[in-house]
Amino acid sequence: MTEIAWQQKDLLSIADLSAAEIQLVLDTASSFREVSARPVKKVPTLRGKTVINLFFEPSTRTRSSFEIAEKRLSADSLNFSASSSGLVKGESLVDTALNLQAMAPDLIVIRHGHPGVPRMLAERVSAGVINAGDGAWGHPTQALLDAFTIREEKGKLEGLKVAMVGDIAHSRVVRSNIELLNTMGAEVTVAGPRTMMPVAVETLGVRAVYSLEEAIRGADVVMMLRVQLERHKKVMFPSVREYFQLFGLTRERLRSAKRDAIVMHPGPMNRGVEIASDVADGSRSVILEQVANGVAVRMAVLYLLSGARQEAGA
Amino acid sequence: MTLLIRNGRVVDPSQALDETLDVLIQDGVVKRLAAAIKPPGKAEVVDATDLVVAPGLIDMHVHLREPGFEYKETVESGTRAAAAGGFTAVACMPNTRPVNDNRSVTEHIVGEAERHGYARVYPIGAVTKGEKGEELAEYGDMVAGGVVALSDDGLPVANSEAMRRALLYSRHYDLAVIQHAEDPTLGPDGVMHEGEFSTRLGLPGLPGAAEDAMVARDLLLVEDNGGRYHVAHLSTARSLELVKLAKDRGLSVTCEVTPHHLLLTDRDVLESGLSTHTKMKPPLRSEADRLALVEGLADGSIDVIASDHAPHHADEKDVEFSLAPFGIVGLETTLALCLDRLVRPGLISLSRLVEVLAVNPARVLGVAGGTLKEGSVADVTLFSLSRQMTVNASRFRSKGRNTPFDGWKLRGRPVSTFIAGRHVVV
Ligand SMILES: [Zn+2]
Repeated sequence: MTEIAWQQKDLLSIADLSAAEIQLVLDTASSFREVSARPVKKVPTLRGKTVINLFFEPSTRTRSSFEIAEKRLSADSLNFSASSSGLVKGESLVDTALNLQAMAPDLIVIRHGHPGVPRMLAERVSAGVINAGDGAWGHPTQALLDAFTIREEKGKLEGLKVAMVGDIAHSRVVRSNIELLNTMGAEVTVAGPRTMMPVAVETLGVRAVYSLEEAIRGADVVMMLRVQLERHKKVMFPSVREYFQLFGLTRERLRSAKRDAIVMHPGPMNRGVEIASDVADGSRSVILEQVANGVAVRMAVLYLLSGARQEAGA
Repeated sequence: MTLLIRNGRVVDPSQALDETLDVLIQDGVVKRLAAAIKPPGKAEVVDATDLVVAPGLIDMHVHLREPGFEYKETVESGTRAAAAGGFTAVACMPNTRPVNDNRSVTEHIVGEAERHGYARVYPIGAVTKGEKGEELAEYGDMVAGGVVALSDDGLPVANSEAMRRALLYSRHYDLAVIQHAEDPTLGPDGVMHEGEFSTRLGLPGLPGAAEDAMVARDLLLVEDNGGRYHVAHLSTARSLELVKLAKDRGLSVTCEVTPHHLLLTDRDVLESGLSTHTKMKPPLRSEADRLALVEGLADGSIDVIASDHAPHHADEKDVEFSLAPFGIVGLETTLALCLDRLVRPGLISLSRLVEVLAVNPARVLGVAGGTLKEGSVADVTLFSLSRQMTVNASRFRSKGRNTPFDGWKLRGRPVSTFIAGRHVVV
């Protein structure tokens, strides 16, 4: 394993991590992947530690992934969600933070609709805080699991051509992935309808194009993004049919990528909107590997943050 | 009552004056400006050696929050803040509860101001009833109560027909119509300037074009219908170009900028870690916009610096960035910021600063003051160019502590104010 120590109290943003720290998370995740392959999928690493999963936005996928990771590490975990908990209903964020602090958890995993909230929380609690998605700003564990998956498939990140296609403006997955891939030396191209492309997108350090073919030409990795139908259908594009015509990934279109290009999707997928079923289920797709790797990467993050806390406390 | 302000550097652009003089004030009026005036018998003497003596500063864009939001600010706390910041007068926006769209609210504000006496208060009346952007408010009645200008600030007069009628009808009273220029349909969910940093943060943007489009529309309406039009808190390079164009065409158009738009940019939203003290409307713009505003201030195309003092309770601001209310306080930082960051580095002259903080606001509002000419009302601000201060929000006289400038070390600061020759004690 890489010989650097983990120093960070929190995982709030990929931008806070150096290349070496990203490597450390990925290397640590490699060793945890093996745990998930055992008949008894449990190690005592976080026994006696309390982890609170605080989800202000519904997210079955990310939350289950964290929960499984916590259970496999033997942590005591509990869930608060905005809909079920009086703790967060109608209460200010500051009060929520004070209440959480009083419960003295070791780690808090937070998902929130407003960017910056995990950082606000981290400043107010002594627990380590893991950002599980804040607004359209960041989703660092998603970027880490994507990187882990790419590295498993391609053996490296540096020098790879990665295309991300879809709603670039409103995607936290995109922002965190761009930060990570740029740090690790990959080349990123983004594409999507002009109405879903943020202004000054190039300042993120990417190439922006406006056709699917151009985006994925020669790509090693094609990452399709979820179209948030419920939110954007009305205003951002005229119809699902037209979206699929312009930016849906079909087997035919995938031909312009490298022969061994992999297809990724952070989920949940809209089949027939951003991706055709035969591509999603095809041999190039690593979408389910992403889900499996997500658990290992989150175990790694939980482990590293709790370790950092122990050292800080000693 | 007689007052002699001695040996100060009198800076009064209204009479192209910048020299060391004594100012003799009698019965609330400037009696004489001259070197080495011999103090009359019972005169109170103020030594202004090493200080600047300027016409009383006027902040023509503040929110005093009374009536209705006294937990944020009152006429008393807001005018104390004004006095502490070197202002002898403020013009207060009508977005109170109830809205200042009728004489009784106007008179309440004026009455409170007189009772406390820290600064003159010039109420700005609503353009439309309830600031709803539809029917005109009763301008004549409000003028009788003390209103000096019109605005629906907080909101734009978005409806073009309502704006046209306001421009026409305001001409009967020669009132400036002050527009919060923002097309509300463009970037409706925006919380910060749309640009590089909104893209990085994934926050919905407020495009500069929303301001530009509204300014452009209004200028066309002014060209056709007359009226005196004033752009509140102008924040983009393009809006400034439009204003210049309108001035070249001879329209009666003026504009103001805030210190924060002159000193901060959208980068500060990111670098402050999404501090809600960087959230206001119009939002902190790009560096290119900021530079254009500084240039416009220097070349004379910007008429006024106003703070857009917008106090909020700490609990309201200590929330998620996207949920926090827009606005920051400014009365107690404006002068010092301008002295340290604009005058000291030589971006503008001291006399230009006094022009935009005193002479021009008086002219736009059509009120007394803004000059120390003999015979004019003796509203005076004394300030120092060399004394230092560190902004300390916890010690503000304002109830609002929502400032992005907390902790800034500044050279140059207000010293005292006089209203009609009476020393204001805060
Ligand atoms: Zn305004």
